[in-house]
Amino acid sequence: MLNNVTFFLCISCGLFVLGLLAVMTRKNAVSILMGIELILNSAGLNFVTFSHFSTGNFHGHLVALFIILLAAAEAAVALAIFLGLYRQRGTVFVDNASDLKQ
Amino acid sequence: MITQAIIVWLLPLFSFAVVLLNSKRLPRQGDFLSLATIFIGLFISMKLFGQMMMQPAGYQENLSFGWIPIGAHSIQIGVHFDILTSIMLLVVTIVSSLVHLFSTKYMEGDPKYGRFFAYLSLFSFSMLGLVLADSLLGLYIFWELVGLSSYLLIGFWHEKPGPAYASKKAFITNRVGDFGMLLGILLIFAILGDLNLQLIFTAVADGKIPMGMLTIIGLLLFCGAVGKSAQFPLHVWLPDAMEGPTPVSALIHAATMVAAGVYLVGRIFPIITPDAGLVIAMVGGFTAFFAATIAIAQYDIKKVLAYSTISQLGYMIMGLGVGAYTAGLFHLVTHAMFKACLFLASGSVIHAMHYALHHSGSHADPQDMRNMGGMRKAMPITYLTMLLATLAISGVPFTSGFLSKDAILGATLAYAIENGGISWVLVFFGFITAAMTAFYMFRIIYKTFFGTFHGGADAEHHLHESPKPMTYPLIALATLSVFFWFTAPKFNPFSTNGWFSSQVVTPARAYAGIMHPGGTFYFHPEVTAKANEVAAEQKKQESERTEHFAHMLAMILSLCVAGFGIWLSWTTYLKHKVDTDAWKQRLGIVYEGMLHKWWMDELYDKTVIAGSLLFSKLMAWIDANFVDGIVNGSAWFFRNLSFGTGKFDNRVIDGAVNGLAWVVGRSGDRVRTIQTGNIQRYLWVTGCVVGTILIVVIASTLL
Repeated sequence: MLNNVTFFLCISCGLFVLGLLAVMTRKNAVSILMGIELILNSAGLNFVTFSHFSTGNFHGHLVALFIILLAAAEAAVALAIFLGLYRQRGTVFVDNASDLKQ
Repeated sequence: MITQAIIVWLLPLFSFAVVLLNSKRLPRQGDFLSLATIFIGLFISMKLFGQMMMQPAGYQENLSFGWIPIGAHSIQIGVHFDILTSIMLLVVTIVSSLVHLFSTKYMEGDPKYGRFFAYLSLFSFSMLGLVLADSLLGLYIFWELVGLSSYLLIGFWHEKPGPAYASKKAFITNRVGDFGMLLGILLIFAILGDLNLQLIFTAVADGKIPMGMLTIIGLLLFCGAVGKSAQFPLHVWLPDAMEGPTPVSALIHAATMVAAGVYLVGRIFPIITPDAGLVIAMVGGFTAFFAATIAIAQYDIKKVLAYSTISQLGYMIMGLGVGAYTAGLFHLVTHAMFKACLFLASGSVIHAMHYALHHSGSHADPQDMRNMGGMRKAMPITYLTMLLATLAISGVPFTSGFLSKDAILGATLAYAIENGGISWVLVFFGFITAAMTAFYMFRIIYKTFFGTFHGGADAEHHLHESPKPMTYPLIALATLSVFFWFTAPKFNPFSTNGWFSSQVVTPARAYAGIMHPGGTFYFHPEVTAKANEVAAEQKKQESERTEHFAHMLAMILSLCVAGFGIWLSWTTYLKHKVDTDAWKQRLGIVYEGMLHKWWMDELYDKTVIAGSLLFSKLMAWIDANFVDGIVNGSAWFFRNLSFGTGKFDNRVIDGAVNGLAWVVGRSGDRVRTIQTGNIQRYLWVTGCVVGTILIVVIASTLL
């Protein structure tokens, strides 16, 4: 079963859809951030999968590592923003952060 | 030569334009410019005349170019120069230049002095153009232009009611005649499609115009001459035209413009049919007689001269009507000289009278002969020159008038002998008018220069001879009234066979070749030519005998009647042997008629003027009720229509535009809500769209 590329792609697709659903439906900024992490990881899984099954070298793994790094950096920045938001508003619900809309 | 003639013609136009526009800025209001151009013209005309004398008879030059192209035709306009043109150029420039000179003193101090000279130049230009024209169209154009200058100059003192009225009368009366002339010109154009005189003559010779039509054309063109040359019944304007300044009367209403009618008849002489000729002669003869009867009873010195002008013009017209081309035009030339002299002399008299009466505080009429008398002592030069001109107009031997008048009377007599019947009336008119002319002209001399002065003793002291610029033209014109100038190169005061008759030869009738001597047509040219040759030879010998006889008889008769007229005048007005008051009583209605110009003005007031006023009123009524009704009705209709379309515009068109705006605004409001700024919703939409596309793509690849 682990030799089949479709299996990994299905998992990746499931991850992506779950992440996307989280981004689309959740109102809590932290949950949205988690959804984004899921999407990023689904992409990383794709890279590794294609790298493994097509060429056999580690280029895809490198990109996955780069994505994990990026996600960490992003999470750091995003959490900092959420902290700032929480301090100002006392909440991290994104619907409240609509100052620019007015 | 023709170039020089054109220069003579255009010079006055130049001075007209310059003086009219700059008279306030130029020294002496620019009169020197008018004088210079006309005198240069005079010298060139003299030179041209000398050159023409060297040419054989019938020499001519033409210059014409297409002016208005109409379809296949082209209306030509141009200049025709022959001996008659050359003589007319000389006559016009002589009289015009002397009148210019005379006017420098006569018009001195007038506020519109410069304008007067501009108008004189305009007149000279128009008259020279009339003389030079080679087609009826060109002639007509300048015919109207001389009419215009005449109008401007008669009404020169238009701030006074008299001249203003007289100028209008002259212009309108001339229009009546000109209308006939225009009809004649249009008739020719309709038949031939050309108006050049030489071409018309050729066409007539080819028989392109039937004789009956030719008679009508001749009479219609003659209508113009009736107006311009003041022939009965359109003579009424000329006596009134004397309201203008006296030099103008001398130049325009005695010497040149009024002779334009005679010149016209002379120009169209080859196409005047015998029938038309008889009518023309009758009109001329009657006018001569009719005007003479009025002249006898007038007291205004200029009015007498005006009627004598009408009378003499009648003579010329009669001469041309009876076929005496040379005699008629000869009288035109001699008359121009002595009549200009008479008018300028009367101007000199009026000038002196005006000064004398003005300085003695009298308000008497300076033109009324009843205020004059005994003026020969104070004004010897005026007296002598006027006497010489009077002798000339009376037809006394050794003067030019004797020669020309005698030629006309002789020709009329010969015409009557040949034709008989009604043409004897012409002879009666001719001789009785000659007697009356002598009578009333000497009446002027005796009433003005002899006897005692009636304008008051105070005024008599102020009488003085006119200044030199006024007497020199008088002397020049009086000298030109002497026989020698016209009998040259011979020196015989009783012979008309001078340069004039040898150079100005009677042109052949254009229709002669197609008309049988009896007056009917031959349609076969070869028969006509032969018959004509024989008949013409017989007729020529016959008429030569008649003419010679008639000429001798006329000379003797005219001497008798002129002598009788002068004698009668002498006994009546110098010796006072005839009681004029008693004769006035005895003549009764006849005298009243003569005094009141046979009530012609009153007649026209009652008929023509009242008629046209009535017609105008009718037209005004139609205008006010009918035409205005249409105009107002259409205004009402369109106002309501506009009101309706205005409503439509406001409701429907604007409604559509506003409605569209409203719909767009509403839908904008609705659609606006889609763009919430909520990123999660955008993602929903994006996800749905991408998902849909994916499903479609995958489904299509799978299927």
